[in-house]
Amino acid sequence: MALQIFSYILHKGGGVDDSALELVTAAHEIDPDASVTALVIGSGTDLYSVCNEVAPSYQNVWKIDNRDLSYANGEVIRGLLPRILPKGSIVLVPHEHFGMDLAPGLSVKLDTAYLPDAVSFEGIEDGKLKAIREEYSGMVSTHVRCDISTGAVITVRAGAFKADESKGKTGEVVDKTTEALTGGLPGGARRFIEIVEAEVGDVDITKSESLVSVGRGIEDEDNIEIIHDLAEAMGADVSCSRPIVDAKWLEKSRQVGTSGQTVRPKVYMALGISGSFQHLGGIKGAPFMIAINKNVKAPIFQVSDIGVVADILDFVPELTDKIKEMKG
Amino acid sequence: MEILVCVKRVPDTAENEIEVNKDGSDIERDDLVYSINEWDNYAVEEAIQIRDKVGGSVTVVSVGGEEAEEIIRREMAMGADKGVHLSDQAFEESDGKGLVRILQAAIEKGSYDLILTGVQADDGAGQVGGMLAAMLDWPFASLVNHIEVINDRTIKVGREIAAGNQEMNEIDLPCVLSIQTGINEPRYVGIRGIRKVASVEIPVFGASDIGLSPDLVGKSGATISRVDYFVPDLGEGAEILEGDTGEILEKLIEILQSKGGIK
Ligand SMILES: Cc1cc2nc3c(=O)[nH]c(=O)nc-3n(C[C@H](O)[C@H](O)[C@H](O)COP(=O)(O)OP(=O)(O)OC[C@H]3O[C@@H](n4cnc5c(N)ncnc54)[C@H](O)[C@@H]3O)c2cc1C
Ligand SMILES: Nc1ncnc2c1ncn2[C@@H]1O[C@H](COP(=O)(O)O)[C@@H](O)[C@H]1O
Repeated sequence: MALQIFSYILHKGGGVDDSALELVTAAHEIDPDASVTALVIGSGTDLYSVCNEVAPSYQNVWKIDNRDLSYANGEVIRGLLPRILPKGSIVLVPHEHFGMDLAPGLSVKLDTAYLPDAVSFEGIEDGKLKAIREEYSGMVSTHVRCDISTGAVITVRAGAFKADESKGKTGEVVDKTTEALTGGLPGGARRFIEIVEAEVGDVDITKSESLVSVGRGIEDEDNIEIIHDLAEAMGADVSCSRPIVDAKWLEKSRQVGTSGQTVRPKVYMALGISGSFQHLGGIKGAPFMIAINKNVKAPIFQVSDIGVVADILDFVPELTDKIKEMKG
Repeated sequence: MEILVCVKRVPDTAENEIEVNKDGSDIERDDLVYSINEWDNYAVEEAIQIRDKVGGSVTVVSVGGEEAEEIIRREMAMGADKGVHLSDQAFEESDGKGLVRILQAAIEKGSYDLILTGVQADDGAGQVGGMLAAMLDWPFASLVNHIEVINDRTIKVGREIAAGNQEMNEIDLPCVLSIQTGINEPRYVGIRGIRKVASVEIPVFGASDIGLSPDLVGKSGATISRVDYFVPDLGEGAEILEGDTGEILEKLIEILQSKGGIK
């Protein structure tokens, strides 16, 4: 029997997030015959264009359209979806800041299994879906078995599945607003106030051609200086991973990653950075990547062009000196 | 305010190379250095700061074997008032939902206004906070990087969203929040602090103590199970530069120049 799979569509200002087409691929990896429905929630003309954009890729589009849903708050959506989703549904949600807010609790409300941050699927056997996840910041992977006999909520890692560009027969847009809002707007115990925009820093790393990026491997605030020295010698800008910002060693505007900046340099040097997916998610445009890390097994080496296995505290000053020497 | 913080003992990834054991049934656990989950340490610090501002108490709770006591004590040395250790053979091999049922049962025995978890732990699931809130039927906010107490019924929280932006929400108590790193600067715990709490009794509760039916947890209650650990074959990866330091430096500079990395 073909499964009924729903994909939660992320969108902003009428534009559809890349994850929308990735979830189509993910759904078909779970079950090639699945009937896949897009869940599109929001309001007004934005929602109209989102529905039109995803319809060629989905068999069905279910929309919930209401002024109060123009900024989707996880608490509200978690109350609405159980009102419209059939029992035993499989719901796919992107594993990012909204999905992490919505999905775990949704699985409780739907009384289904919860499978977080899946990166691959390997078919269904005896009512159990086999999937691949990562643990310990990507240092090891695991196969997991998830009992989907009463449905499941599954979050899917961004970029782990290729976008499905094959457009089929345009799906029908079904308006589920009345059904979803009967009983009023749920989630009143959490109220959205506003978005506070990120502070602008003294350098805009999103425009840098060459980045020297530092991670937790730098060990101590005083050592950051060697990174500045290298960047200066190279004529590059300094960026960093999240723990450096958490420790307040560099300003937030220099953080590369899903919760920081998205950069598009020509050359990216990762110094003492392990290569978590949240960090890599901020590096776009396929730069030439060089990783320097003392652990030969660090995941960053898998995605870099050139690697050096070394202690950055020793290696970086030597590199700086050599570049200076060469420049004369 | 009565605050409960959920904490987990995990292998410290900054101190260890995590490797798969011979038969892929687990990671290599010999010689692993363990610590408190990074996110949980921020959560405890935040709880202590809130208590110091508005009064009340901070309790830390951990589900796990005997060793879990060590991190409960550590967080008490940091300034938490009470510790609760949930431990039972029946809890072993619980999945995320099972773990949350254990926490829920213990929580319903007490009386809390605010429950904090970390955003995620070592297996990167990020599931406990959201599921716990839904099971308790309390509101939830994830990825919290700012908390402001408005009054004894409402708090204001900032959630970290994309590109360094922050989503501000008002949320009613009692509620569950998952705490993101960077929300504060966790205080240092010195030897003296640890000594001060060395002999404090930390109560251990099992399934029957918290009125939990053992078949809802452990292996029998699980819908998700781990089959094995492995290291994926991701193809070639980087070309690792070999040679002595001088040779490596020379090659690297040559490459940097050819790719436009040196101006
Ligand atoms: C919702 C969410 C959003 C996130 N957003 C981001 C984000 O935007 N950006 C981001 O970066 N992270 C983000 N993270 C955090 C992310 O999961 C990782 O924790 C983080 O990227 C790890 O940073 P790191 O690589 O510097 O540190 P680690 O993972 O600790 O790695 C340090 C590396 O340095 C190496 N090393 C140690 N000492 C030395 C030395 N002396 N010489 C050479 N190498 C050394 C180690 O081998 C290791 O590989 C987010 C997490 C969550 C949950
Ligand atoms: N065994 C445990 N005992 C207590 N709290 C836990 C345990 N496991 C996870 N948590 C809490 O749940 C958070 C998120 O973990 P996870 O959902 O497993 O990624 C952690 O940061 C802890 O606050």
